[in-house]
Amino acid sequence: MCPFMQFIEGGRRYQCGFCNCVNDVPPFYFQHLDHIGRRLDHYEKPELSLGSYEYVATLDYCRKSKPPNPPAFIFMIDVSYSNIKNGLVKLICEELKTMLEKIPKEEQEETSAIRVGFITYNKVLHFFNVKSNLAQPQMMVVTDVGEVFVPLLDGFLVNYQESQSVIHNLLDQIPDMFADSNENETVFAPVIQAGMEALKAADCPGKLFIFHSSLPTAEAPGKLKNRDDKKLVNTDKEKILFQPQTNVYDSLAKDCVAHGCSVTLFLFPSQYVDVASLGLVPQLTGGTLYKYNNFQMHLDRQQFLNDLRNDIEKKIGFDAIMRVRTSTGFRATDFFGGILMNNTTDIEMAAIDCDKAVTVEFKHDDKLSEDSGALIQCAVLYTTISGQRRLRIHNLGLNCSSQLADLYKSCETDALINFFAKSAFKAVLHQPLKVIREILVNQTAHMLACYRKNCASPSAASQLILPDSMKVLPVYMNCLLKNCVLLSRPEISTDERAYQRQLVMTMGVADSQLFFYPQLLPIHTLDVKSTMLPAAVRCSESRLSEEGIFLLANGLHMFLWLGVSSPPELIQGIFNVPSFAHINTDMTLLPEVVNPYSQQLRMVMGIIQQKRPYSMKLTIVKQREQPEMVFRQFLVEDKGLYGGSSYVDFLCCVHKEICQLLN
Amino acid sequence: MATYLEFIQQNEERDGVRFSWNVWPSSRLEATRMVVPLACLLTPLKERPDLPPVQYEPVLCSRPTCKAVLNPLCQVDYRAKLWACNFCFQRNQVCELFLKNVEFVFTRRGAQSPLIFLYVVDTCLEEDDLQALKESLQMSLSLLPPDALVGLITFGRMVQVHELSCEGISKSYVFRGTKDLTAKQIQDMLGLTKPAMPMQQARPAQPQEHPFASSRFLQPVHKIDMNLTDLLGELQRDPWPVTQGKRPLRSTGVALSIAVGLLEGTFPNTGARIMLFTGGPPTQGPGMVVGDELKIPIRSWHDIEKDNARFMKKATKHYEMLANRTAANGHCIDIYACALDQTGLLEMKCCANLTGGYMVMGDSFNTSLFKQTFQRIFTKDFNGDFRMAFGATLDVKTSRELKIAGAIGPCVSLNVKGPCVSENELGVGGTSQWKICGLDPTSTLGIYFEVVNQHNTPIPQGGRGAIQFVTHYQHSSTQRRIRVTTIARNWADVQSQLRHIEAAFDQEAAAVLMARLGVFRAESEEGPDVLRWLDRQLIRLCQKFGQYNKEDPTSFRLSDSFSLYPQFMFHLRRSPFLQVFNNSPDESSYYRHHFARQDLTQSLIMIQPILYSYSFHGPPEPVLLDSSSILADRILLMDTFFQIVIYLGETIAQWRKAGYQDMPEYENFKHLLQAPLDDAQEILQARFPMPRYINTEHGGSQARFLLSKVNPSQTHNNLYAWGQVRNLQVFGEDAKLTE
Repeated sequence: MCPFMQFIEGGRRYQCGFCNCVNDVPPFYFQHLDHIGRRLDHYEKPELSLGSYEYVATLDYCRKSKPPNPPAFIFMIDVSYSNIKNGLVKLICEELKTMLEKIPKEEQEETSAIRVGFITYNKVLHFFNVKSNLAQPQMMVVTDVGEVFVPLLDGFLVNYQESQSVIHNLLDQIPDMFADSNENETVFAPVIQAGMEALKAADCPGKLFIFHSSLPTAEAPGKLKNRDDKKLVNTDKEKILFQPQTNVYDSLAKDCVAHGCSVTLFLFPSQYVDVASLGLVPQLTGGTLYKYNNFQMHLDRQQFLNDLRNDIEKKIGFDAIMRVRTSTGFRATDFFGGILMNNTTDIEMAAIDCDKAVTVEFKHDDKLSEDSGALIQCAVLYTTISGQRRLRIHNLGLNCSSQLADLYKSCETDALINFFAKSAFKAVLHQPLKVIREILVNQTAHMLACYRKNCASPSAASQLILPDSMKVLPVYMNCLLKNCVLLSRPEISTDERAYQRQLVMTMGVADSQLFFYPQLLPIHTLDVKSTMLPAAVRCSESRLSEEGIFLLANGLHMFLWLGVSSPPELIQGIFNVPSFAHINTDMTLLPEVVNPYSQQLRMVMGIIQQKRPYSMKLTIVKQREQPEMVFRQFLVEDKGLYGGSSYVDFLCCVHKEICQLLN
Repeated sequence: MATYLEFIQQNEERDGVRFSWNVWPSSRLEATRMVVPLACLLTPLKERPDLPPVQYEPVLCSRPTCKAVLNPLCQVDYRAKLWACNFCFQRNQVCELFLKNVEFVFTRRGAQSPLIFLYVVDTCLEEDDLQALKESLQMSLSLLPPDALVGLITFGRMVQVHELSCEGISKSYVFRGTKDLTAKQIQDMLGLTKPAMPMQQARPAQPQEHPFASSRFLQPVHKIDMNLTDLLGELQRDPWPVTQGKRPLRSTGVALSIAVGLLEGTFPNTGARIMLFTGGPPTQGPGMVVGDELKIPIRSWHDIEKDNARFMKKATKHYEMLANRTAANGHCIDIYACALDQTGLLEMKCCANLTGGYMVMGDSFNTSLFKQTFQRIFTKDFNGDFRMAFGATLDVKTSRELKIAGAIGPCVSLNVKGPCVSENELGVGGTSQWKICGLDPTSTLGIYFEVVNQHNTPIPQGGRGAIQFVTHYQHSSTQRRIRVTTIARNWADVQSQLRHIEAAFDQEAAAVLMARLGVFRAESEEGPDVLRWLDRQLIRLCQKFGQYNKEDPTSFRLSDSFSLYPQFMFHLRRSPFLQVFNNSPDESSYYRHHFARQDLTQSLIMIQPILYSYSFHGPPEPVLLDSSSILADRILLMDTFFQIVIYLGETIAQWRKAGYQDMPEYENFKHLLQAPLDDAQEILQARFPMPRYINTEHGGSQARFLLSKVNPSQTHNNLYAWGQVRNLQVFGEDAKLTE
């Protein structure tokens, strides 16, 4: 039932807007119609008047026709030597104590229904019994990593509030317990397996938080080799680097989804860890992948903790199935995101949180009528954090037009680039990068050529004409083409490329826009009296000035670029040091100086960070110093250092293509 | 022949040996005609307070195939400083140290390793059962020697190996109860493989010097007894839900396998006890005996006969594999099974039987039967040492007229072939050495010999045959010791000296030795075949040694030294060792287990229960195990080894009901009631395992324990023939006449 249903025959029957089928109104639902054919209760029932609404699902929509149990969070900490040594284990254990206070709960509830569990591992797994009546937690070691099982049922997943003292006791002890460990090897697939089995045994959906550091080389399923090979770059075999090494993770991901187990992975690599393999399960289960290269406590601590806190607290639904329905004439053909599809219509997600987006591609399979327009309904069945099964419905009605000009007018470039990026990144697994880049350029040219041919007023052939709504398409497209996933650069590791590829796959439109075209803000023009952000400038070196201070953010990184002759009062205000030379570029957090500049800048950074799924690490870059090279990579309109054309070059190239097409 | 009886008893006192024949027939042919084989019951570690340990190495015969120990039967030429081995006649140099006559116990110095006790505990128990077991285990910690190593494995659906060394948080390694693991896998998974272990027997490892990985699981009692007490106290019932109509999932097979693997990898060839406490049958994984569906009952003898016990063969194979590995490592496995229903002792029996471990069966851990039996394992002898020894090898040497046919007892063959090993096997044969991984002062083996001297090479008058038993073992004080028992008996020619041989027949030993052979056969053959075989042997014996006139049954006589033998055989036929009717397969296995390891006195009680009568007519006296002994004015005390039954006759029961015992004028009645109770207490105190104690009276339901044992001379068929007691010897004769 949705607003698109047309009630007829005095309200006794209705016609479905999607398939045009005429149905009887069940007696309990009957309502008289008013003079314009609307039901009298039109505004009382959300499903008749609103685009989006949510049902509490009946038992028919539950697994095994049983109401689901509330979900669980399982924290799985890699306690191998490197994680112990760099203090990460201690940090995680320490911070979890406060973060667990904030696990999401329903607004009306006193405490969260989500239960928590703990596992540590290196090449074996340690389960912990943290039952509330125990004086001490108990540790159970499972060494049979070839065939992982859950050694305990009762006491593994507990209510945090009830077992708080035991859990704190455990978190206090974990760092000491493994302090003398010199175990370097880790396993990975068995860890996920263990978490999944635990959820399966408890018959509830849930989320695994895995804190992992190294390539899993210990003898176990999912064991990985270091197969990073720079020689493959720019060859037809480059795609192999983006594919998982074994199919263990693929089948594991399917199992996870089948049991509503979402995996969020925090990676702390110091060398190659094969993100393409490790990241597969998080991607397919609707989890998030975080990566902190060469984790250093004083530099990366804050970013990691923000991410962790954010990830624990964020709104999330579990064990979701989504279906997209359309009216006749077109249909959904392809889906991109943190999803798994076992058939062509059901989109399965072990979990979906507020930062995950699914991109859907529609294709015509018939003519659309201009009268009725195109209707889209997206229904998501999921389990809430308190264990309620719900059905969320989104409805969208779109106009149809036979005029191409109208079409071009209504196009949204940000959405387009999101779609192109996801489809290109998906294709990376199967096609050589060169081919993909050519296709992207080609498609851009086609779109623009089509406009020129059918909509634009006649003009000189040498003139490049862009539709108003698409004027930024070429620059975005160029950014996409220059992205390290599609264009290899020597200083970017294979892991980093696989990581970025994966990130983009689940991004929403706003995130992908920012990711491909970073925001560059001139800080020196900041109006300390206004709460408005300064107008962003184009990402080009030509926009920078020696007297300026610029803030650049792309959703993952944040840079504060300082021109050599930045105004001293700004430097004093922001850094509380007398001059440019005194600024310490090691910091990742601006000092809290009581000064309008500092406050304003920090507020701006806060706004940029807000609602971004990933915490951005701040890097201070001084003009003409070594780190500036990294910063320059993000000035996406300029020519890249290692290839990747500038915006102007790309425009010329596209123009040439268009001319060719038109001739 | 009082003199022979004394001789036999003296020998038993001194050597712990009882021979079926104490004068040996000198030819092979004649020996086989004697029906009862030349054999002996040997109690290798018989308690001898007067036996001082000698602090030097024994002197061995230098012939590599012989290596007999110098003993008083050897001829020593003091002038030439030579001694002649009495087994192979090799001449040897006399070592300077050894000038006196022989002693029996030698100690060998060297690095000592502590005793090891590994508890394997089932947690699928009822709450109060588990509580009782936990208390018993906690109590046992105080009984162990302080430097003994202890370990704990618990099991239910999963198997947990508890780490004992850690402080604070308790750690355990968990294994799936359904997956069979190899020893190597177990050691890998427990992280035991990294440090290299010295494997030699002579130099067992010292945990203080090398912090082994194994020390996580096996710790000295004095170090962790507080921790372990707490750990045991916190043990919970298996937390996995058991749905209605199901048995709990119990992974006994994997738990034992892990226990064996753990010790195998860490302390091979060091005295160690694996103590399995279980409250039900294994229901999953390797070694499962029954499925978890309650509606399908555990196998019965009926199922086994119909070949309907689907898990039995596989499970038995699993436990046999474990038992053999354990024996090879010199460890032993005890089984303490307490449950109302069967627990799979039939399948698991080899674990105790082959390794010399104990088998205890009870209804619940919350009974004095279990508690006291368990406590009794840790009793000490007059020296303050535990009555247990480990990793023994028994080496038997014979003079050349004899060969070794085999042994029956809690041992495994070491497969040592030699010139004195016979090709004809009786019991576990084909070897001259056996391994007994766990033994106590009463552990007794039946050892069978074959006379090989040919008829045409007579032994000179006064010739003596000799047998030497050399037992290497680890004393409970952790010393390695060797006990040497050398015995000699006269040879006699059957033709001319039959009466000598007859008089030297030890019918008690013979009965037990024959019974062991019968029970050994019963393990592999059908019951009726064994009974037929026993009957035939008895008939042949009576034929050979009985005196009778043809066609005249009343004329049949047996000499004194044979007179009781048929009676023993009669009761043996009816005993639970051969009759499986009315016993579950587990019970049969349990009874047979004890029969194969107890000494002669206890074995005889098992074959023919003792019945004492208490009445006003005189002092307590033994009476015939016959229904005619059940009289209204008597109190009976029956000892079947496994049960102590006190039975009040009809009148006595009525008197007691009337409360006469509380009246001062009937104090003598009170004393009469008390007397059997005191005697029963005495038996209960001494016996291992503690018998089931049954106090019943005429018409009581428990009276069946008595009624099932007595000779049914009076049944409803011949009830009117009151007092016509059929002689048991007549029964034997009947059999003979039907030949």
